[in-house]
Amino acid sequence: MSTFSPLTRRAILGHTAQGLGSVALASLLQPQLLRAASQGVLGRLPLPQKAKRVIWLTMAGGPSQLELFDYKPKLAEMDGKPMPESFTKGQQLAQLQGQKLVCKGPMFSFQKYGRCQMELSELLPHIGSAADDICLVRSMTTEAINHDPAHMFMNTGAQIAGRPSMGAWVTYGLGSEADDLPGFVVMMSTGKGRNPQPIAARQWSSGFLPSKFQGVQLRSLGDPVLYLTSPNGVTRERQGRDFAAINSLNKQHAALCDDPEIATRIAHYEMAFQMQASVPELMDISGEGAKTLELYGCQPGDGSFASNCLLARRLAERGTRFIQLYHRDWDHHSLLREELPLRAKEVDRACAALIKDLKQRGMFDDTLIVFSGEFGRTPMAQGNKGPVGRDHHNKAMSMWLAGAGVQRGVTFGSTDDLGYAAQENITTVHDLHATMLHQLGIQHDAFSFKFQGLDARLSGVEGAKVIKKILA
Amino acid sequence: MTKSTSLLLLSALGLHAAEPPVPAKIEFNRDVRPILSDNCFYCHGNDPKHREADLRLDIREEALSAKAFIPGKGAESELVSRILTTDEDDLMPPPDSHKKLTPQQKEILKKWIDQGAAYQQHWAYEKPVRAAVPAGKNGVDVLVQKRLAEVGLKPSPQADPRTLIRRLYLDLIGLPPKPEEVAAFERDHSPAAYAKIVDGLLKNPHFGERMAIGWLDVVRFADTIGYHSDNPHNVWPYRDYVIRAFNSNKRFDRFTIEQIAGDLLPDASQETRVASAFNRLLLTTEEGGAQAKDYEQRMLTDRVRAVGNAWLGQTTGCSQCHDHKFDPWTQRDFYSLGAFFADIKEPILGRREPGMLVLDEAGQKKQADIAQRLAALQADFAKARPELAAGQTAWEKQALEAVNSSSLWQPLKQVTAASAKKNVAIKADKEGVVRGTIDAKRNERKQNDGTDTYTLTAKLPAGTTGIRIEALKEKLRGIGLASNGNFVLSEIALSSGGKKQSGKITVSHASATYEQKTFPASASIDGIKDQKNNGWGVLGGTGADQALYLELAEPLAEANTSVTFTLTFGWGDNHEMANLRLSTTSAPKPIRAPGTALPSAEIAAILKTAPEKRTAAQKGQLASAYKQIAPELRELRSKIATVEKEKADFENSAPKCIVSVSDTNKRTVRILPRGNWMDESGEVVKASLPGYLPKPKIEGRDLNRLDLAQWLVSKDNPLTARTVMNRLWKQFFGIGLSKVLDDLGAQGEPPVNPALLDWLACEFMDSGWDIQHMIRIIVDSATYQQVSTSTKELTAADPYNRECARQSPFRLDAELVRDNALTISGLLVPKIGGPSVKPYQPAKYWENLNFPTREWQNDSGEGLYRRGLYTWWQRTFLQPSLLAFDAPSREECVAERNRSNIPQQALVLLNDPTYVEAARTFAARVLSECTGDIAQRITWAFEQVLQRKPSAEELKTLTSLYDKQFADYQKDVASAEALLKTGAAAVPAALNKSELAAWTHVTRVLLNLHETITRS
Repeated sequence: MSTFSPLTRRAILGHTAQGLGSVALASLLQPQLLRAASQGVLGRLPLPQKAKRVIWLTMAGGPSQLELFDYKPKLAEMDGKPMPESFTKGQQLAQLQGQKLVCKGPMFSFQKYGRCQMELSELLPHIGSAADDICLVRSMTTEAINHDPAHMFMNTGAQIAGRPSMGAWVTYGLGSEADDLPGFVVMMSTGKGRNPQPIAARQWSSGFLPSKFQGVQLRSLGDPVLYLTSPNGVTRERQGRDFAAINSLNKQHAALCDDPEIATRIAHYEMAFQMQASVPELMDISGEGAKTLELYGCQPGDGSFASNCLLARRLAERGTRFIQLYHRDWDHHSLLREELPLRAKEVDRACAALIKDLKQRGMFDDTLIVFSGEFGRTPMAQGNKGPVGRDHHNKAMSMWLAGAGVQRGVTFGSTDDLGYAAQENITTVHDLHATMLHQLGIQHDAFSFKFQGLDARLSGVEGAKVIKKILA
Repeated sequence: MTKSTSLLLLSALGLHAAEPPVPAKIEFNRDVRPILSDNCFYCHGNDPKHREADLRLDIREEALSAKAFIPGKGAESELVSRILTTDEDDLMPPPDSHKKLTPQQKEILKKWIDQGAAYQQHWAYEKPVRAAVPAGKNGVDVLVQKRLAEVGLKPSPQADPRTLIRRLYLDLIGLPPKPEEVAAFERDHSPAAYAKIVDGLLKNPHFGERMAIGWLDVVRFADTIGYHSDNPHNVWPYRDYVIRAFNSNKRFDRFTIEQIAGDLLPDASQETRVASAFNRLLLTTEEGGAQAKDYEQRMLTDRVRAVGNAWLGQTTGCSQCHDHKFDPWTQRDFYSLGAFFADIKEPILGRREPGMLVLDEAGQKKQADIAQRLAALQADFAKARPELAAGQTAWEKQALEAVNSSSLWQPLKQVTAASAKKNVAIKADKEGVVRGTIDAKRNERKQNDGTDTYTLTAKLPAGTTGIRIEALKEKLRGIGLASNGNFVLSEIALSSGGKKQSGKITVSHASATYEQKTFPASASIDGIKDQKNNGWGVLGGTGADQALYLELAEPLAEANTSVTFTLTFGWGDNHEMANLRLSTTSAPKPIRAPGTALPSAEIAAILKTAPEKRTAAQKGQLASAYKQIAPELRELRSKIATVEKEKADFENSAPKCIVSVSDTNKRTVRILPRGNWMDESGEVVKASLPGYLPKPKIEGRDLNRLDLAQWLVSKDNPLTARTVMNRLWKQFFGIGLSKVLDDLGAQGEPPVNPALLDWLACEFMDSGWDIQHMIRIIVDSATYQQVSTSTKELTAADPYNRECARQSPFRLDAELVRDNALTISGLLVPKIGGPSVKPYQPAKYWENLNFPTREWQNDSGEGLYRRGLYTWWQRTFLQPSLLAFDAPSREECVAERNRSNIPQQALVLLNDPTYVEAARTFAARVLSECTGDIAQRITWAFEQVLQRKPSAEELKTLTSLYDKQFADYQKDVASAEALLKTGAAAVPAALNKSELAAWTHVTRVLLNLHETITRS
């Protein structure tokens, strides 16, 4: 450490008492490094980095695996019959707790897709067309059973607020390759359906990590990034003059009091000025060409999931490390037969398009795509309001991963005959976190941050395991 | 920069921060415990379930009996050979733990054993020891300087007066001084000048606001419940309590007791009950499908973490599932502490109650006045009234007739009911009675405009000639939903058939058992439904059931005719019917209301009893029933209804706060194995204090929250005073004496100057927990008054300024960044307290909220210009410009905010309308309050912001900026006008728009400066 002035180190600490480890400081040592703000704390990675970036497609509300991914003929036979008590006794249920439990057979048919003959719903023909590129996991489980805690668990590995989201962990560890865009970006879309569950901003919080790793929401309405647009009447030139004056005055002040925080602020004003140009450029997909828009099935400015998938690709190209898309309104306690096909239609084509597009650009091999909800749904019917649906469920859910060293055309794990509980190759959310970190080149059990006296880890303390069997 | 150079740089920097030399005399707490705690206790510590090899190193006797080391003989000790070995199987810590000791740490452990392996109790669990400080000396200075001498550093010189006064203002009231105040202080060379400023600031009512910010973080105060729907809960009076407590210098022990047990105090008052809202500040949920046991457990753990964080400086969270691995907390301690809160009355799931009325003096007077007037009227009404006897006899006859003729009427039992606006939720029961209640959530959200339309459908028999609509009182205050018990039925329309084939059914006559003056029954069928004063009303008759009788022009021809009744209630103020019942008759015309309403079943039964056989009680009931309709009492009844309405309106609009209310029926608390709420096999525990800390003996009764609170602030408790002083130190020096503010335990940091922290803790307790006394000591110290600039040598020796050989510059807290800009611009509304406000927030920022969906409505007027701490605190979506400057969401207790420096802060200060408006208002001040030339004006503006004059170069930069922007706007006045429209504040008409716009750029630049948002 002797070659560098400790004052500079303090600058980077920014007087935060719970500072970063000393490597974390390194990236920020020089103003030019600051500008890029691209280095993570990990430096040289302990594992080969298969995935350079993550695109996480979060189907918020909990899509029904029994209609989309996990076909259960036995459940079809049992349709309308009482759920055998041997399955459900003493188990945690949400709205069905204490109610009469009746089996509900799959409401849509399944077919085999691709060379790998992956069994998927009739509702997902496009994802089916990419079956040979994805790895379907049918044996995922989670600990939470209500939306808010379940999202928290999926994103942060804990059900208590205040923990960093995975995107924050990853940008903290790896930094970002985007100079003038945030390293962790979140986008939202909502199904044209009913009444979607809320999503809290804590889902992309940096928790106890430094705030710069917080996810930045790119919005389809209003300013794409909050406060991005200059005030009315202030042209870029006028804005630029102010930026220059601010930085000039800050530099003059820095010369007097030698507070390294000032250098950091100067760098961030420069980045903000660049973002004012780069973000609108990013968001403008009108130049993508009709063919690409057709591939995804979107129109510029429609705020759809498909648009967001296309934006995700553009972000990936520009070096953003972690991109998370939420599509809301999968919470089908009722009207599942009516609503699920609409949601499936909203995402099916765009998911496949994203895979195809990344492939044709040579980015599929180093992009990790994850498609999941926050929990699964019960094989038991729920019919509390209107036609039948399914309740929240944490014993079994399905999800898929693709790209970046994940096996292709593989179905992994299974559930019991009625789809109630994962049975073979049971995996947990922490296993998923461990696996994702592993693909990013990070050893999950050595990647920690001191918080409240503990080495806090995304993958928890219970011994999460990398799901090696799904890795190529 | 390329990847390869960055990698090079990274490896050059490496992990090897310069390590201090191994001390000659090893001290367990300072040198050894941190190493053992971080590397060994996880498997060889307090938690028996996770203990390996039956070895614990946290207790000397245990370590000795396990032969971990031989005191005095490091080289021969197992511990030393295990940390030095190259055999991976034997190496400690094991490689798979990813823990590694540095050579220096190994050396420390060996030397420690060589020196006898002495243990010390963890520093924070020992009683603080008060160091001797010579009389008349400032304890902070004595102990800081003692320590500086030990480490070979010298204090820095005193800062200049301008820096000092700016520092004091920002630290003590969170607002900048005016240039005149700075100038006066600079001129005042008297020795008392500094103390005078401090005195003034401690008495300034903004002091409480400044101090509240930190405490509100610690207790996680917010306006919403936090989980899922994140709906509001009423707690803002608690925030004002905190402000008042700091302003009145409430002693911290009392402050503690009031918050944890303010409801249990023998002298409990509105003030102490509001304080007890502390226990209700936690996260709650309204999510459907949430399980009570699950949330009961979440709430318990939330509260234990809060007490641990706010008072004890202990991280308790991990003991939810197992004994603490590093500190002596056990899982039993955790749940037993949680059991103190098992008496708090609250819904586990769902909506919080509106809460206790919180009234100021005027409000209390008004409440008493209303109560007194109401009581007088009610007493008057309750008087025996022999003069009503004749009327009552006549009524009894009529009522009996009504009862007898009632057999001609058949109630409709199958009715469906819906309201159009859903301001009133209505539902028909099995007997066909339709009941309506005002939707509280809509009310709260001010979505209820007070009117609604009911649609009822039922199948009517053939030959129906008349329809009766009864308004039933049941147990309500009146028969209408308005706060005076009234309703106004603007119009009732009948149609037959479904939606497709509807035919109007003509009503030929309407009459009622009671009609309010100018609100006759006939007005309900006159075809006018949109005039406020046109309809059937019942004020004066709301104390009894009333009914509307409709005569049909033509009897219904078909059997089972489906008829839709559309009832419009257009008066507003929720003048809708509460409970209603439909009946039909096929009696011949005319269909007219009887002289009196059909009495209730109970009264009907009495009427059927022969007068001489009625009991005294029954006679009393009859007299009471008659009083409700006696024409003689009409006026009195109206008066009562009016005052009742006044009371209800007063209570509805009065501030409320959810507070602690103790329930004798306590929740059962059991230890949850691995924190699993579905596992009920754990032992049931009662409230008790943590086993490892000194505590009073209380026998023969269960412990309650008051015991807990008193224990927290007892002088035997070694943690509370240290925790509070450590946080206070951070406010004035930027970093705690022990830097991990929420963990004084083994995994935290031993204080850099333990004698100082102990002295502060002792002085704090000995002063009677006097916060202002402690602040005065700190700010009076020479240590506090040093310059914040550093020298190369000083920075090299103490880069993080832990020894306080100087002051530290740091960025203002989020709220203060805002307050500072508003103050400078002149926009700040300095009002103290009141409901939270909604300044500008980007549209659609709340679009991902639901149940219900919401849009933030900016306040107008003064709500836009209040201090940051009054901003509506929405936990799941905190106001984003506060968030950008690290205001925490307050979902969990936060002892220490991040203090980040990120690009979003630039975007906020440049583009958030709050700051653009502040800049343009400030610009208008420059033009109207300073009449000099450009240079003089820039100088004036500079002084407003930074309380100093600009340098020549700074002046040049700003002059050049002004010239360019002005030239630009002169060519483009439209843009100037557009810029000046930002925000709601008026633009002075007399000013030249281009000039004002150009000045707005200058002031905007000033408000964006690093120095502006920094306290140095």
